[in-house]
Amino acid sequence: MIGPDVTAGTELPPTSIRITRADLVRYAGASLDFNPIHWNERVAADVGLPGVVAHGMLTMAVAGRVVTDWLGDPGALVEYGARFVRPVVVPNDEDGALVELTGKVRDVREDGTARVDITAKFDGRAVLGKAVAIVRVPAS
Amino acid sequence: MLDPSHAGHAYPRSEIYEVGRAKIQEFADAIGDPNPAYRDVEAAKALGHPDVIAPPTFPTILFGRYSMHSLVEDERLGLDYDRMVHGDMSFRYERPVRAGDRLTVVTRIDRIMARAGNDFLDLSVEVDTADGERVVVAGAQLVVRGEP
Repeated sequence: MIGPDVTAGTELPPTSIRITRADLVRYAGASLDFNPIHWNERVAADVGLPGVVAHGMLTMAVAGRVVTDWLGDPGALVEYGARFVRPVVVPNDEDGALVELTGKVRDVREDGTARVDITAKFDGRAVLGKAVAIVRVPAS
Repeated sequence: MLDPSHAGHAYPRSEIYEVGRAKIQEFADAIGDPNPAYRDVEAAKALGHPDVIAPPTFPTILFGRYSMHSLVEDERLGLDYDRMVHGDMSFRYERPVRAGDRLTVVTRIDRIMARAGNDFLDLSVEVDTADGERVVVAGAQLVVRGEP
């Protein structure tokens, strides 16, 4: 858990999360994003995708857990952003797609915040670019 | 091609979206996040929040429901939804969204540019309570791929 001893270079506990087709259906319903590329093989192929892909915002939500699990209080997040650089292709099986997540403190600022750089990989390649969280560091 | 004269345009403020505890829990379940701050009022209060808070990407619901709706319905803009992909997303929080919030959004087109045959649309989305308290500002880039 985050403490006042955070410094540049502090590594957050890495994690990995599986995303299955069932997760995509559930996320579509909860987020109201019913774009068929996230559940319909035929439509995904028609637009040139290699298969059904996860919602970028689901990948971003999952990646944010590296930071919020570490913070304990998700309310200590000040900023969070990411680019969607590569799709997470979710196969039609029980295992789904494995997204591997790491986070590292880039710097700690005078104003009591710290910048965390997040990596999210699928198939060994980054799926998010410039994934950055600014968090409030507890006072010592 | 998108009409570049739309840069600077803001759509009218949305209707009010009431954030409910059940919706927050449903969203937290959907992203597979067991954090008690999203589910348990006492746990949220222990962290100093007046009610359960929503996961950081929860405002994406308002983005889809109001911002995307405004863009797609804007015939003058001419956004081709089928060729559109989400390029990036960011959130700047004044505080977390929480149960009981009555939120409205204003969606602004900050910039429209064409590059390598694609159109890039930069948006900012201000999420405020009905009482005028700023909660979060979201930024998004949409990319409309050119005809092959």
